This record gives sequence, structure tokens and C-alpha cells, in this order.
Amino acid sequence: MSRSHAVPSRRTFMQVMAGASALVATPGVVARGHAASSAPPHAPVFFNDAEWKFLNAACARLIPGDALGPDAVALGVPRFIDLQMDTPYGRGQLWYMHEPFVAGPANLGYQLPHAPCELYRRGIAGANAWCLQHEGSDFANLPAARQDEVLTMMEKGEMAFDDIPSDMFFEQLLSNTMEGAFADPVHGGNIGLKSWTMIGFPGARADFMDWVDQYGVAYPLGSVSISGETA
Amino acid sequence: MDATRLKPVDVVVIGGGWAGSIMAKEMTEAGQKVVMLERGPDRSTAVEGAYPGSIDELEGNYRYRLFQDLSKSTVTIRNNMRQRALPYRRMAAFLPGEGVGGAGLHWSGVHFRMPPDDLILRSKVIERYGKSFIPEGMNLQDYGVTYDELEPFFDRAEKVFGTSGEPYMINGQVVGKGNVFSPSRSQPFPLPALKDVHTAHLFRKAATEAGFHPYSMPAANASAQYTNPYGAQMGPCNFCGYCSGYACYMYSKASPNVNILPVLRRDPLFELRTHAHVLRVEMDSTKTRATGVTYVDREGRTWTQPAELVIISAFQFHNVRLMLLSGIGKPYDPVANEGVVGRNFVYQNVTTSFVWLNRNIETEQFIGTGGGGVAFDDFNSENFDHGPLGFVGGSPVWVNQAGVKAIAAAQAGGPPGTPRWGSAWKKGLVDTYRHSLRIDAHGANMAYRDVFLDLDPTWKDAYGLPLLRMTFDWKDNDIRMNRYVVDRIGEVARAMDARQVQLTRREFGVPFDTRKYQTTHLGGGAVMGTDPATSALNRYLQAWDVPNVFVIGANAFPQGTGYNPTGMVAALAYWSAYHIRQTYLKNPGPLVSL
Repeated sequence: MSRSHAVPSRRTFMQVMAGASALVATPGVVARGHAASSAPPHAPVFFNDAEWKFLNAACARLIPGDALGPDAVALGVPRFIDLQMDTPYGRGQLWYMHEPFVAGPANLGYQLPHAPCELYRRGIAGANAWCLQHEGSDFANLPAARQDEVLTMMEKGEMAFDDIPSDMFFEQLLSNTMEGAFADPVHGGNIGLKSWTMIGFPGARADFMDWVDQYGVAYPLGSVSISGETA
Repeated sequence: MDATRLKPVDVVVIGGGWAGSIMAKEMTEAGQKVVMLERGPDRSTAVEGAYPGSIDELEGNYRYRLFQDLSKSTVTIRNNMRQRALPYRRMAAFLPGEGVGGAGLHWSGVHFRMPPDDLILRSKVIERYGKSFIPEGMNLQDYGVTYDELEPFFDRAEKVFGTSGEPYMINGQVVGKGNVFSPSRSQPFPLPALKDVHTAHLFRKAATEAGFHPYSMPAANASAQYTNPYGAQMGPCNFCGYCSGYACYMYSKASPNVNILPVLRRDPLFELRTHAHVLRVEMDSTKTRATGVTYVDREGRTWTQPAELVIISAFQFHNVRLMLLSGIGKPYDPVANEGVVGRNFVYQNVTTSFVWLNRNIETEQFIGTGGGGVAFDDFNSENFDHGPLGFVGGSPVWVNQAGVKAIAAAQAGGPPGTPRWGSAWKKGLVDTYRHSLRIDAHGANMAYRDVFLDLDPTWKDAYGLPLLRMTFDWKDNDIRMNRYVVDRIGEVARAMDARQVQLTRREFGVPFDTRKYQTTHLGGGAVMGTDPATSALNRYLQAWDVPNVFVIGANAFPQGTGYNPTGMVAALAYWSAYHIRQTYLKNPGPLVSL
């Protein structure tokens, strides 16, 4: 029961985008038409080699490649996280970081003195140290199935990395992985808008005037980034 | 530090959100010279709302572009008086705003009038069920103002906001298919109701089949082009799905920035100062009169702005904190059960249930508008008999699909029991995003003797002043109310031919969790009323002890309500302003004599 639909021409859309691009922070803008079937080349700014290997391996298990869509590495998630470390968020400048830091019940929230970048530095070192001690190998070199088991233990808080309970580090990693995979590609992840395509999220279309009450008709237009990139 | 004394003005307004903007507009109309102090930056739809950069979910909902800068100031929270409160270091459970427009820039747009019975809840409960029905420790109170008194001001706020909705009764005559439990109105809504999105349409049908009375939610998201009484213009909502957390690039969602400030900014009687962080209201030696306010600017310089009238109209808990820091009103002492500032702190009791439909139905959750949706009020307010149920309070139930975006969908994941990552998560996510819908029980939270606000003994803000401390937990009465109403959602889900249902009930013994977003609808702490022993403000929102201070906001609610607070806050602002203009300015002094 489709009907004809006035789609703004791509040219008009791109003009709108070009006019607004100055307002958008665009770390790691993806070149239009970039084919993302494997990890994009990215020299990490914040993470060292060992950390980068951990991050790539862990993200690829949190969002594995399968019939539904690519893995987190192909989506550029490690690059996204690396770029986020050098932002006010990564430096902990969005958080109340005044002393004293006092431990308390989990439901009263985060009480450690570490910014996100410090959580990664300590958390990755701790996770790799745990793997070396218990598995004889760092995390990245474990078989995928064993990586999943280690991540599950981390998720359940069964380890501690210095003063960081493993579930706290895991939640940081998981939430940033989801952000990277599903945020607008201008932030360096969601390469090719493939996560949005997977779930059917149209991104910056943001105009459903004609579709609100077309019950039962699937929205026909593909995903678009605020940069103008289309899927 | 020595503050530089500025040239006196008539009125100083603290905070540039809805309450402050309404009060500033009303005071300039009365010929008063007004200075508005806003601690955040200036904001406008033309900049913060510019498409497409504005509709960036990461920046809007995960980096909190329009929200309070917690690095400078936050609150501490504990569940009970035996605990040590700890700082709310990261945004999560609630998201207060900052900058011009305040929470009125990033809000969703749900725009209700307070149910008449909620305004007289103590009297109503005693009349219907007897005084012994009120649980021990519950501070149930009346507002001291009735629906009939507020009706012209609800109407005024709707006209300024360009509110869309379907009336039920106008001047006692049934006129439409609106909420059968809603009180009579003097005028229709300024705009017709918004269209139902697919999920709301399905919910309307199922709720009707289940025997309830669904209606279109009143929304300050314009269903058509509109010009408000100030001459401010709005465009029709296109259901883009970026309301909560964003400035509306379509000029469709009402905000102080769109609906009031464009007019105020041109008024020579009005001056806006941004990055002006108020430290305290200055008092004279008698402590019964405010002389002005002292604030810090962006460069760290301190200024005192003398004024004849001080209007505290920041966000709910900032208002309470400013009163405590300034010595306005007697601080509440829960042990002695004396004092009023900090008393009756309340939240809202919201749980979200999920319904999975057959896979040939696409729910298109990305289509949405912040205030729109379909609700039923059969279990809200005093619309049902609480006698056999044994709890006070109620909850509207609704599908308010405000636009579910990709990161939020990914974090919500799949049905109960689905892992939160890995291939099984991915499968559950895709199925859930495409074929599910969300139903909220948006319930009231009552006030209790041991739930309150005071100043924290340990932690301070960037200016060296104590943080506000929240002592809050869920109580048995409110948990039972939620569980009863969520069971009714189960009846609707059955009528929807659901494939799977997750009924989310509040659980006994599970404390308030500051790590999970619930709602920013905080209330109380400096409540209005008729008795200075149990209220900080009189029924005109004037401080009992300092008559040239008015405190406008959800802080005035004596207990929680099932509805979103903004419509009531706006109506209270117009109500208070009316009485300031009619009476106070002509003869400054207490508007209620004891």
C-alpha cells in the first residue's frame, strides 16, 4: 500500500548538510563511499600497542560479526573509543571529580577518582595481567570462546583491576562499544552506517511528517548520517 | 571575596528556564526593570537546534550537551538517614538542565493540567477513606489552591506553549473524545491533537478493548503552524524523534527560547546575564527581607545585584538549595519533624514495560514526538477506588513514543533473558527494535517524613559551597501502587495480541538506583500550602518568612503526581505572577496574613 512520496533530492540534502557542517564536530569523518569490510586503518592516539590489541579483541567479541552485520572492529568501534579519550568526556571533565572519593553501595553510583581514559588504562592492564596469570597469554591471543568466558567473568565482577571492580570496567567498555557502533558515523564508528542499516534506524532523516499514520507500511528510506553520507 | 555592587533593579530572576522566563515576561509587562541571571551559556534554536548537527544522539543523550555541568556542581544521594550520602558524579537517574531555556529547552513536551483531586489530595483521601488510610510517615498535603482557581492559568500556559490536544469537556459540556477523567476547561486546546504513531494507534485500540478510556496526550509539540499570544511562532511537528535532550530544529516543541525569550530579549526593561552563577540571596539584618543576590561571572568576579523583589526560579532542587544557603525559611529537621525547607522531597514512580508484536508488524520506534502519545487515566489520581487496594496515589499509563534512537535501542537490547552482548544480543536487538513497543506506568510518588533535602556535610561545589543532599528511597505504598497499575498494562498487552511481554514492576527491597535513568521529574522540598508549619511557601509561592522572595518551580509540589510537572509549573508561575501584579507590587508585603 505504498504511495508516491516526495523525497528531497540528494543534491538539496547535501546543500543543507554543507551549510551546517561547520557546526558539527567531526573527529574522524569517514570518507563518503568508504567500503568498510575490515578494520579501518587507524593509528591510535591514546592507546598503546598492547591496549589497542586488547580493545580490538574485546570489542569484536562484544559485537561479533555474523549474518546480521559486521563486528565492532569493522564498524570502527576501537577507533571511536580512541578518539573519545581525547575529549572532555574521556578526560572526565563531564563528571563531578571532587574529593573525597569514598566507596559505597553500588546503587549510589560511580565513586572512583578515575576518568574514562584512566579506567581503560588500568582496566586493560589489569585484564591482561589476569589473563597472563590464569591463561598464560594476554587477552587478545586467547581463543574467541575463551575470550567470551573471560568477558563474562568481567561482567559478573569476578575480578578486580587495582581499585576497579571488573564489572565497572566492563560496563565502561560495553557502553562505549555500543555508543561507537550505533552513534552517527561522524564520531568515527558505525562505518558505512551498517549498524543503523541492521536495525532499520534512518539516522538524520528526521522527517516523518508523511509516515506517522501509514500503519503497516515499512518506512522506505535508508539511513543517512549528519555528514550526508548514506548507507 | 568582595562583591562589586551593581545598580539596583526592581526584580532579579534567578534561572532562565520556563518559570524564570514566564516571571520575567510578566514583571516587564508590569513595568518592572528585570535582570535575569542564568548560570549557563546563552542558547538559541538557531544555534543549538540547527539541523543536522543538532540531531546527534551521542552528543545529545550521552554527552549531555544541553544539561547541567556536573563537574562544577551536583548533589549527594543516600537511601536513608543511616547511610553516608555520596556524590552523583555522572549523569544517570535524572538530567537537570543548564543554560538559557533550562530544562525547558531539552524537555519532551508532555503538557498536562494537574488533576483537581491531586491538588486537594489530603482532603480527598480523608473524605473518601478516612484519616487512618494515610500510612504512618506519609506527609500527605493539599496545595492550598484549587483547580478552579488555577484554570485560567493552565489555559494561559497552553496558549503560550501552543499545546496540542483533544478536549473532553468545555464549560461543563462534553465536546470531544478527550480524557473522560479530565476536568472541564474554559477553552479548547490551542491546537488539535497530534496524530497517533503506529504503536499509539495499536495501544488506543487495545486499551479500549480492555475496557479503559484512552485519549491523546496533551503535547507542547505543535500539530500545526501556530503563533502564540506573544507573537512567537512555531512550525508543525514532523515527528523527527529528537525532542528529549535536544533543541527542536523545527521550532515545534515549545521552549522558553522559542515561545517567550525572543519577545523578552527585545524589551528594554529586560536584561539577561548568562554565566552568572548565583551564590546566595542577600538578606538584611532582620532576615525578613531580601536585598538582592550575589553571583559569580565566568571570569570568577563576584557581583551583588540589589533588587526590590527576588524570584528564585531555577530547577526544583537548586531552588531548595538556594533557600538553604541564603537562610530563607527554617531548614527541615526530620528527627524533630520541624522546619520546612527540604521537607516533602518527592520524585516520580516510573517503570517501562515492553510488548513484542508479531514480526509482520513494524513498530518504527524512531518516529516520534516528545509530548505525543495515547494514555489512559483509569488508574491515575482519585479516578478509581483506592479503598480495597490500600494505597494512596495513582499512575497514568501511556505509549509516549518520543523517538527511540540507535544507541538507546542497542543498550536496551532484547527481551528478558537475552545476553547484553554477542550474537544473541544482536538478534534480540533487531527483533526488539523493529517489532516492540514501550508502555509506561508514570506514577506518583508520595512524600514521607524521612525523605528530604538538606546540605551535605562533606562535598562542595566549585565555589566552595555545600552540595545539596538527597535522602530518598522507594516506599511500600508507592511500590504497591506501581505493581497494581503495571498489572493493568498486562491486560492491555493481552488485547494487543502480544508475542511476548515484559511487565516491569518496582520490586520490594530494591533501593533507588542512581545509575539508571528514571525521570527528571523531581519535586517538593519547598512546598506551597496554607500552614507555615508544613509549607515553605504560601499559596502564591511567596516565602512565608521573606515576603519579597517568591520561589517558582516543582519545588512547590507537596507530593508527587502521575503527570509530568511542566504544565503545573507554568500555571503556578502565571498564578503567582498574577497576584504579584494585582496585589504585591501595589502594596509589597505578605499576600497571606496569619
